[in-house]
Amino acid sequence: MLKRVIPNPLLTLVLTGVWLLLLNEFSVGALVLGLILGLLIPYFTRRFWPDAPRVYKPFRIAGYCLVVLWDIVIANVQVAYLILFKKNEELRPVFVSIPLELKSPEAIAVLAGTITMTPGTVSSDLSADNRSLLVHCLDTGDPEATVRDIKQRYEARLREIFE
Amino acid sequence: MDFLAEAVVAFLIVVGSIFGLVGSYGLAKLPDTMMRLHAPTKATTLGVGSILIASMAYFLFYENLFSVHELLITLFLFIAAPLTANVIAKAHLHENQVDPKQLPAPEPQASGQTPGWSTFDPEAERQDVR
Repeated sequence: MLKRVIPNPLLTLVLTGVWLLLLNEFSVGALVLGLILGLLIPYFTRRFWPDAPRVYKPFRIAGYCLVVLWDIVIANVQVAYLILFKKNEELRPVFVSIPLELKSPEAIAVLAGTITMTPGTVSSDLSADNRSLLVHCLDTGDPEATVRDIKQRYEARLREIFE
Repeated sequence: MDFLAEAVVAFLIVVGSIFGLVGSYGLAKLPDTMMRLHAPTKATTLGVGSILIASMAYFLFYENLFSVHELLITLFLFIAAPLTANVIAKAHLHENQVDPKQLPAPEPQASGQTPGWSTFDPEAERQDVR
């Protein structure tokens, strides 16, 4: 019964949150309107998203966000350094293939986005069977270590959240 | 207090501008499309982020207003930047006719077959992921 009325509780929370952020001020009226939108939109769009991802450990999301934000700052400084102080010929760009253990498409999308935002890597393509990710590295001496880092640092955390 | 607030906001704006400049310079300097993608997806993120924090700080100090629109901009940026990079990368793989054989192979399936990258192998049988 509850599942029919609230098909996707997390989406409800996100929509309410975004509504409050859009208004840029907090009031009870805004919260109520946000909740109404947060309840109605997932209800009317539930057929478009039949298998909404299940999030098993929502509190780990905050930890994941902090790790990623910190890595984005590091990535920026690193890439800025590479751009400014390394000659083009000294860069060692390479494509690597990352075998995925994540199954849910939403989790893979988050992982691909994270890879693009973090140090020296851009995710470029997914294999036809959704089990490998093609990633381009700007400058790496050891492609296997890069793959290992990504799997340990991000994929392991995402698996805890989504699986 | 006023001086401190001004200093903080000015510092953040300058840092943001430097990263924006470096990102744009990288776009011009790096030799090929795939490498150029790295500059705007990263160096520029911190540039925009820094300026957004400066905007939040400004409203907090001078208007006594806790502005959260900047958080939303960050969120949308984090969604839009990787997607754009991904689509540009795929278009580049096609447009420049990168030889799929030069790319690393995906993991072989349990059946021993190796699937292609989806950009090149759209007809391959998709494994049901659920």
